[in-house]
Amino acid sequence: MRSTARRGLAIASTLTLLLTSAACGSDDGPGAGQPVPGVTDTEIVVGTHMPLTGPASAGYSKIAPATKAYFDYVNANGGVHGRKITYKIMDDGYNPATTQQVVRQLVLQDKVFAILNGLGTPTHTGVLDFLHTNRVPDLFVASGSRSWDQPDRYPGTFGFNPDYTVEGKILANHVKTELPGKKVCFLGQDDDFGRDALVGVEKVLGADGVAARQTYVTSNTNVAPQIGAFKSAGCEVVILATVPGFTALSIGTAARLGFSPQWLVSNVGADHPTLSRQLGDAAGLLEGLVGVNYLPMQGDTADPWIQLFTKVNAEHNGGAEFDGNTVYGMAVGYLFVQVLQAAGQDLTRESLVEAVAKGGYQGPGVAPLRFSGTDHSGYGGGRLSRVSGGKQSYFGPTYETDESDGPVNEYAAPAVTPPANGVPTA
Amino acid sequence: MSATRAVAPPARHAAEPVRPGRSVPTVLRHLAFATGAALVVLVLSYQLDSFRNFQLATVAAYLCATAGLTVLTGLCGQLSLGHGALMATGAYTLALVQNAFAERGLTAGGLLILSLAVAVLATVVVGAVVGVAAARLRGPYLAGLTLAVAVVVPALTVTFNGVFNGEQGLSVPMAPAPRALGPYFPYERWQLWTAAVATLLCLVLLANLVRSRYGRAFRAVRDDEVAARLAGIHVARTQVIAFVVSAASAGLGGALLAVLAQSVSPGAFGLTLSLFLLMAVVIGGLGRLAGAVWGAFLLVALPDLTHSLTSLFTLSPAAAQRLEGNLPLAIFGVTLIVVMIAAPGGVQGLLSRLTGTLRVRWRHHRS
Amino acid sequence: MDRFLFLTLDGLSRGAVLAAFALALVLIWRAGRIVNFAQGAMAVAAAYVAYSVTAATGSYWLGFAAALVAGLLLGVVVDVAVMRLVDHRSPLNPVIVALGLVLLIQAVLGMVYGNEYLPARAPFSRTALTVGGTAVLSPYDLFVFGTVGVVGAALVWIFTRTAIGLRMRAAAFAPEVSRLLGVNVGGMLTLGWALASGVGALAGMLVIPTELGLHPHAMDLVFVSAFTAAVVGGLDSPPGAVVGGLGVGLLLSYVSGYAGGDLIPLAVLALLLTVLLLRPGGLFAPVTARRV
Repeated sequence: MRSTARRGLAIASTLTLLLTSAACGSDDGPGAGQPVPGVTDTEIVVGTHMPLTGPASAGYSKIAPATKAYFDYVNANGGVHGRKITYKIMDDGYNPATTQQVVRQLVLQDKVFAILNGLGTPTHTGVLDFLHTNRVPDLFVASGSRSWDQPDRYPGTFGFNPDYTVEGKILANHVKTELPGKKVCFLGQDDDFGRDALVGVEKVLGADGVAARQTYVTSNTNVAPQIGAFKSAGCEVVILATVPGFTALSIGTAARLGFSPQWLVSNVGADHPTLSRQLGDAAGLLEGLVGVNYLPMQGDTADPWIQLFTKVNAEHNGGAEFDGNTVYGMAVGYLFVQVLQAAGQDLTRESLVEAVAKGGYQGPGVAPLRFSGTDHSGYGGGRLSRVSGGKQSYFGPTYETDESDGPVNEYAAPAVTPPANGVPTA
Repeated sequence: MSATRAVAPPARHAAEPVRPGRSVPTVLRHLAFATGAALVVLVLSYQLDSFRNFQLATVAAYLCATAGLTVLTGLCGQLSLGHGALMATGAYTLALVQNAFAERGLTAGGLLILSLAVAVLATVVVGAVVGVAAARLRGPYLAGLTLAVAVVVPALTVTFNGVFNGEQGLSVPMAPAPRALGPYFPYERWQLWTAAVATLLCLVLLANLVRSRYGRAFRAVRDDEVAARLAGIHVARTQVIAFVVSAASAGLGGALLAVLAQSVSPGAFGLTLSLFLLMAVVIGGLGRLAGAVWGAFLLVALPDLTHSLTSLFTLSPAAAQRLEGNLPLAIFGVTLIVVMIAAPGGVQGLLSRLTGTLRVRWRHHRS
Repeated sequence: MDRFLFLTLDGLSRGAVLAAFALALVLIWRAGRIVNFAQGAMAVAAAYVAYSVTAATGSYWLGFAAALVAGLLLGVVVDVAVMRLVDHRSPLNPVIVALGLVLLIQAVLGMVYGNEYLPARAPFSRTALTVGGTAVLSPYDLFVFGTVGVVGAALVWIFTRTAIGLRMRAAAFAPEVSRLLGVNVGGMLTLGWALASGVGALAGMLVIPTELGLHPHAMDLVFVSAFTAAVVGGLDSPPGAVVGGLGVGLLLSYVSGYAGGDLIPLAVLALLLTVLLLRPGGLFAPVTARRV
């Protein structure tokens, strides 16, 4: 007993000594002229969190590699202001608890300059406060939630996707102008995605303009009860705010119930290659499907942006299967390089955020990017596409609108073409 | 009956060895141990960088849950696949209470203690309800019921999204580190201190409970229900008590996770978490608090470790896309299988076997 | 009334595949007192084999046969190479090993086939036949009912009418005595694993075409529902698995049809609580366990 006590005392005093030595000389505040985290004369380190594994990874797991491929392409062409971009991709499996860990690892340990295109509403919401406290720029969040557009609370956070309400309004506007008098029904995911989209639809059609509303949860893969209800209600148009898996499931289920309405699908769940891969032999059911998009259509080989991205995909992405997610990832990369160019040679976190807030970026997107000092939401509109002959292509004008009661207007600015070498200049 | 019992104990450890010549009361010994551990954490918090501080704090939060689970499963013999849901209960309660305080303009850091207490209380209530049902069930039927609980709790946040804000979850307003610590005091170090104090307190209470009359009743019920009943132990009541204690620890762990993340969402508390908690306590060494420590470390370190391992290889983009994420999971899976085959007593079982052999040899050498 | 009929038939066809999968869980529980948490992942692996074979040969049925063979073999491999080596004194050890297998199998499938959904073909039309204006069952549903019925009957026949079935039961219930009587207990256990895994693979082939598609995680949710079904029915009872499967299928359909999909987990919990508090060993518990 006495020896135990003595040993304990010895350990305690050693620890105290260690502690006092450690306590002195740490906790220095940031001095002037300190280097910018993640930026050297030759390199910019940027990080992201994405689901690469798990049930939510389908499709999404292709985005970050596409972005990285575009950065590799830019690096091979001399980089930005002489700096090469290093993109650190962390797998969070769409689990918010893991996102907490990996984002802290990126910021505190890997000292990334910024977080780019972090994916998912529940995952990214959890790290907003952390990124704000640590003054890390948080650019182009991959989700259509309205949470990213809070310039007063989160001045460093910016969105990318059009928000779900905007998409809902554009789809409903199509019903109002092209399919008047039809009976409209709505199926949405049971979260902010489905709810925000329904708000948009009802803003245009009125609350009584939607005959039947149904929701689904991703943990139950039987949508026959919902689709059955639409059929008995006699719906002629069904608006879907669904992820790709459930778009395909809904259309497949309707077919086996002998129900064939006009499908209108929000952007997230309307990528034709993804849907037809999942439906397999039944891909023909997708004929006539109307979707919203705001980036070049993946199958449009005449589009100069698609030509550029296809080339980058072949050279730097191992020729991975080219779909809407690939285009999305590369578009994010292009916009980030544009912003880096605009932020100039003396790159700091402040100059980067200022550069985004200055706005005025035009790139592959057909709809306008809304960035300004008071607006941190991403694309403010979209264009409708239709599947015809097994090919998804745009039709009609591009629309822009806001998430409140503003009208849905045509947006007529001409499209731009990519620079000759595919790398934006300042 | 033995076939349907949740856990048969490794026979060697059924009885705690009685060491001769010890005169220090158990409580004091545990307190001294906790003080030592606190000092170690204090030193580490200065030696490690911010990210490691945060990871260590996360270990502390998970440790509450794994320690509670190991008491329930390892000592009392009841299997639970629902501890992730109990953690969610604690986390959401803490978030709601902290938000209620913030709305009334109460932002003092000390109120966190009150919020944590409410979170533990709420989990105790839920744990008691589940525990009463669980006391009637054995083996896979208990697993089935707790599995359903694990699935229900996250789903309720969507059903009652007015209160819990659905998939997106709630943010948890937290006071900054006390001013007295200086303007540049790393917040992660403060988080580690908070979590470590709460966890050590929880561990001391659990350690005392394990050594008490209740702990002996737990083991008696686990080893042989009939014999325990003959010895005058109320089996069902003992099992409910074990469940409640275990739930309280899990609730505290969940609340601490919410404190660390400053947010809660159902995705973080899914069925996967419940299964991983169970894996952690078994791999760590079932029935021992030291095993729970290993398990908690494993929960935090393994994904990180395997990620660094995969980044060592340089791969073509196509191969990298396939391996990224999948390879760590494969390594984790193989590790689980190999550890369970090579060391069924878990890490702690392996360690005590090693130290046991060494001690014997040393004594042999000296004599 | 139409709605009720529709939901009932939809629930039954869904319940039939849950029943098949629950049967696989019951088989392995009876053979070795193990809840095989890896059953879902093993079934998905077999379904991927079917996908590859069908893609190479163009024949659905060759793929189907390949999946069954792969299922049987996988069961043998898992038992001989992994489960045989596990210390079974604590029933938790095999459970943890099974969870490790889930991670391993899903990761390997992700590496080989990618984490994307692949189309899963159904051998018969899934378009419902209409009778008097109401959509009733599809040919595929009838195929599912038929297959599940045949498998259930075959299992009953094997266990009650054949010598090998008798030996398997003996090996499971009294391993020591069986060994003395000359029964190859280890071999019977391996056979049990093979059968269970084969039935699991069959259930996977039936259920995946009705899901989102082929994916390493395709059976995760099915496993949870099927485990619930097996527990409700009683893990020792094949008829219990069938009744439990159909019951859970109906419950899922009614709740999402009349109340909303988000309430399903709550309904499942309520069902489990009701059944287990009345009958702690499931609906078809053989004889109430001895209570002292």
